[in-house]
Amino acid sequence: MKLALKVTEIEQLSPLVKRFRFEDPAGMALPVFSGGAHLTVEMSERTEAGEIIRRNSYSLISDPYDGGGYEIAVRREDKGRGGSLYMHTKVAEGDEITVSVPSNLFQLDLRARKHVLIGGGIGITPFLSQLKQLDMEQRPYELHYAARSRDEAAGLKLLPQAAHVHVHISEEGSRMDLGAVLDGQPLGTHVYTCGPGGLIAAVADQAARLGWPKASVHSEAFTAPPPGEPFDVVIASTGQSIHVKADQSLLEALEAARVEVEYSCRGGACGRCHTKVTACDGRILHNDHWLSDDERAAQQDIMPCMSRFKGARLELDL
Amino acid sequence: MPNTEFSPSIDSRPTYAGLISQGAAPAIMVADEAGAGALVDLAATDASVMKHAHVVLVAKSAGVAGQLKGLAPVAVHAAPDFDAATPLVTKLLAEARMGTQLYLAGSEGLIGHVSALAFAVGLPLDEIQAEHRGSIARRMQCVHCKGITEEVTTDPFVCSHCGLTLFVRDHFSRRLGVFQGVCVDAETPGVVPEAVEIRA
Repeated sequence: MKLALKVTEIEQLSPLVKRFRFEDPAGMALPVFSGGAHLTVEMSERTEAGEIIRRNSYSLISDPYDGGGYEIAVRREDKGRGGSLYMHTKVAEGDEITVSVPSNLFQLDLRARKHVLIGGGIGITPFLSQLKQLDMEQRPYELHYAARSRDEAAGLKLLPQAAHVHVHISEEGSRMDLGAVLDGQPLGTHVYTCGPGGLIAAVADQAARLGWPKASVHSEAFTAPPPGEPFDVVIASTGQSIHVKADQSLLEALEAARVEVEYSCRGGACGRCHTKVTACDGRILHNDHWLSDDERAAQQDIMPCMSRFKGARLELDL
Repeated sequence: MPNTEFSPSIDSRPTYAGLISQGAAPAIMVADEAGAGALVDLAATDASVMKHAHVVLVAKSAGVAGQLKGLAPVAVHAAPDFDAATPLVTKLLAEARMGTQLYLAGSEGLIGHVSALAFAVGLPLDEIQAEHRGSIARRMQCVHCKGITEEVTTDPFVCSHCGLTLFVRDHFSRRLGVFQGVCVDAETPGVVPEAVEIRA
């Protein structure tokens, strides 16, 4: 389901990050969501080659219980496919914008006795809605926000000043010590990490070393699909050949060619766009967080939202 | 006497894989008289498992407590029944840190009860180790009056709270740590099948 909303506020949070607020044009209440949810923003742009539609997913940073509007924070990626650049340079207050209804792949486990939230860089975003939910429900939590510099720490403007909110700025010598964060937490604590892959792996590693159950360790790594070299893909049912441009994801190319593929997160995390590969002469560049190592190696499955291809022929069971 | 093998049932019926040492980590161990044997066997495979272990023994006799003390855990806390053991276990869980291992041994009632206490403080259920020893009596909740009847060994049985005759289901509440008992003659009042001993 899609919502036609209006951009009502744009705020520069840091040199690279802007906050956007979307509201219903008629002031109607929007569906509420749960902390950690994201929505997909549709960005249509007219170019010489025709209309391009990009869709990127962003974590909601506003109060989950507030149906008055949705807010997201977008980091400008100058080397990306152009989605975040479009948000930064083309979207203005008063514009209409189409978004999906929120869905959640990173929800809190509310059976936990305590929640430890660890955000690195722009990975702070899902926690901004989660901590509003935790505050509202009066659940014990602590939040650790790690960034290289104050300039990069866009979340600083949006975080409350509280004893259980810890900011670690590595440039100022206050690097986050994961051992100190995780050691001695009460039984029944759950930890959630969002940020660069290295941070997620470091938290999982530290937790395992301290004997934390796997089910108490959560993470979200979904990012916008990376650009790459152009390639071609063949649709098995019709024989149609589709060209995937350098700044286009495979999913976007399929959509532009009106080939129907289910999707949700568009960040390689939810598994909805899982597609079977019927022929592969070359190498699939898996960029998702969904397929197992064995599945990746077998090259019989692909997640079109994130992954690309290098080689002579890729045929999809579509 | 090894871990009891239960006959296959619905997927949601709890099963108990047996105790495996996680090494010299902080641990909470809860056992009844029959389950104490599983702790003795566990310590025999790896004596270090007892090094940081608090043992709660739910037993009326003192003899087993002496045997467990011989395994040299941090402490053996004895309680005559669940009601007396619950505050002890709750306190140990409240003070425990992440990485603490939970080992349960004995009846399904004990395993279910302590698992529910641990679940309530946020421990994932699949992280709790359990081994069934001794009686196959079940802790049953009446789905009608919500009362819990302990030590149920026949099917059907009479709810000790509301008096309905209840069918022993394999459906299990992990939140409460009890099997569910459903009125056996709701559609045909008075037509009650003959009670038989429940089997593993």
